[in-house]
Amino acid sequence: MIEVRNLTKNFNGFRAVDNISFDVKKGEVFGLLGPNGAGKTTTIRMLATLTRPTGGTATIGDYDVVKDDNEVRKLIGLVSEKMIMYDRLTAKENLWFFGRLYGIPKEALNERIDELLRLVQLSNWKNSQVGTFSTGMRQRMNVIRALLNMPEVLLLDEPTLGLDPQSSVEVREFVRKINREKKTTIIITTHMMVEADMLCDRIGIMDNGKIAALDTSTNLKKLVSGADTAILELEIANLTPNMIASIQSLKCVNSVSQDNTTRIKVHANGDGAFDTIIDAIRTEKGKINSVKNLEPTLEDVFLNITGHEVRDKADKKIPMGRHRHFMPRPRVR
Amino acid sequence: MSIKSVISHSFRIAWKDLIELFRNRMGLVMLVLMPLFMMSMVGFIYPSDTSVSKVSVALVNEDEGYSSAMLITALETMNNNTGMMTITNASGLDEVRDMIQRGEVDGGIIIANNFTSSLITGKQGTITIVTDQSNPQMSALLQTALKEVFEQMGTWLAQQKVQELNSTVNESNSLAIVKPYSVHTEGAIPGHFSYFDFIAPGLMAMTVMMSVMTGLPAAISHEREIGTLDGMMVAPINRLAIILGKTLAQTARGILQGILILTLAVALFGVTIHGNILLIFALLLLGVFSFVGLGVVITSFAKDQETAMMVMMTLMFPMMFLSGVFFPIQQMPWYMQSISKVLPLTYAATALRKVMVLGAEVPMITTELAVLIGLGLVMTTIAVPVFKRAMTR
Repeated sequence: MIEVRNLTKNFNGFRAVDNISFDVKKGEVFGLLGPNGAGKTTTIRMLATLTRPTGGTATIGDYDVVKDDNEVRKLIGLVSEKMIMYDRLTAKENLWFFGRLYGIPKEALNERIDELLRLVQLSNWKNSQVGTFSTGMRQRMNVIRALLNMPEVLLLDEPTLGLDPQSSVEVREFVRKINREKKTTIIITTHMMVEADMLCDRIGIMDNGKIAALDTSTNLKKLVSGADTAILELEIANLTPNMIASIQSLKCVNSVSQDNTTRIKVHANGDGAFDTIIDAIRTEKGKINSVKNLEPTLEDVFLNITGHEVRDKADKKIPMGRHRHFMPRPRVR
Repeated sequence: MSIKSVISHSFRIAWKDLIELFRNRMGLVMLVLMPLFMMSMVGFIYPSDTSVSKVSVALVNEDEGYSSAMLITALETMNNNTGMMTITNASGLDEVRDMIQRGEVDGGIIIANNFTSSLITGKQGTITIVTDQSNPQMSALLQTALKEVFEQMGTWLAQQKVQELNSTVNESNSLAIVKPYSVHTEGAIPGHFSYFDFIAPGLMAMTVMMSVMTGLPAAISHEREIGTLDGMMVAPINRLAIILGKTLAQTARGILQGILILTLAVALFGVTIHGNILLIFALLLLGVFSFVGLGVVITSFAKDQETAMMVMMTLMFPMMFLSGVFFPIQQMPWYMQSISKVLPLTYAATALRKVMVLGAEVPMITTELAVLIGLGLVMTTIAVPVFKRAMTR
């Protein structure tokens, strides 16, 4: 459905997107994961015909995004990072305005607006100005606006940015529902591992304008957690700096990080790593309350592939949540 | 992409913009207040005609003869009728200078001490008018007014003399001897005209065109900043429809302000319209057309709203003063005149003035029409491709 070949974009000498290539199959949910400034938005904007590529090609449904831009526009729906909504227009007026730009006949448009508003439970606010909506409501409007022309391809640029957890979940579920019911092909960008993990069939990890890795979530994780890699979360009642240092010094341990006064996370590999670590704690007379064997997350994958954590580069669009440190040096209070 | 769909899309965009405008109360208030301020400022600050009233003048009479006394009586009689001056007595030139410096009077009249004796011995009597150079406009007005007064008095005096010399000459004969010419001024159109009649057409042209010029870049870069422009850009519509729609909305806004100005000018400042109202609006639209390309080019180059506004302002000020809206172009030095000759506003204002004040018809303003259409075509031809390129950076 979508073919991207050697796509490149320079902004005044700065290479925002660097020679990337990928394919997206029909009906697939494809994720672009990476920190802010990695080039995800620029990629989406090039696919949406809003930004002209410096080099390379991209086609959507056999139409070139530069040469046949108007054909591409008919096929796609865009959920931009910024809300595409006029505050002084009501929900209906907004949808009507954009719907008519797509040339949808009046009758059909009326029905579709009602249907879409019902779908996101905004029917009661049909005639209220969008400026009075909460952020969650606005984002739901933003998503259904992109669905007005029943697009074959839906491009979502950070659709849950700045939303509370509940609204984020709603948006994610809605996106999955559209994909399931309408067989819509979806490209979604996010800097949130959880989101990419939940939604995407395949994930491209972007960093510094390049796609560093591209596979299914499961396969990406396998890159990190081979048979011999383990991530342990340990609760130790009487945790001491000495204890951490001695775990750190073990041969099988890659890194130790401390979450709070009693909890540490240990990356280890090699056979028998589990026993060795427990023994080391026992020797220091540590009282182990619980041990959890963690699945690797995409964060671990990102760290493993790019060599650094997911963190903001060019700008700070949102404050990052809790920073977890997987550095080889322990942080001890 | 048919022309029909471009037009229907642009109407939809214009309609959307106008709904937004009318739901913005503060914006609406400003929309009405701006022309109101403009009109009242220009209307009241600039005097409606060149007569002055209640100018305080210091009078020094160094002469003790009867001629000066007679002159002063005549001056006072005349002043009682016109109310032009308030006269204060002063002792001499030094005191007059002092009073001017202290700002107590705007000027002074000094009658020299040999005034009467000079007249008796058949010489010219001297009257000095002292002016305040720090206020050149006022001193010029005062000078003109006083000169005329003394001229008239002099004429009257001369008439008396002629009659004394030759008793066969009656009053009208004597006037013909003293002043062989009489000069009358008549306007091309009958009626009384004020500075306001001169300024109202230009002000209208300026407001409408400026409103589009500032409104268009502001509207487009605003939408680009908040991200809604992307919504229109991803829709399968011609890019032309976006500029066209925005321009339509801004033009409607500008014309609305133009109507307001016209109404105010007629209702408050007694301006009479001699030409065809439809022609006036057609000219306003043409003015917008000649301008809009420039606005679009600026929009394309300006990255954000702030930059767009700054560029607009910088261009607007010279345009306001160089296009003959407030001051006649003929008053300016030649190099300024040549700048004003390339400004579309100059032609719009001139054409509008001809139509509104002189009641001119289309054949009489063909030059202006040709220039406006030509400028518009050139600007649009440049602007459209520039805009298209800029939109997909």
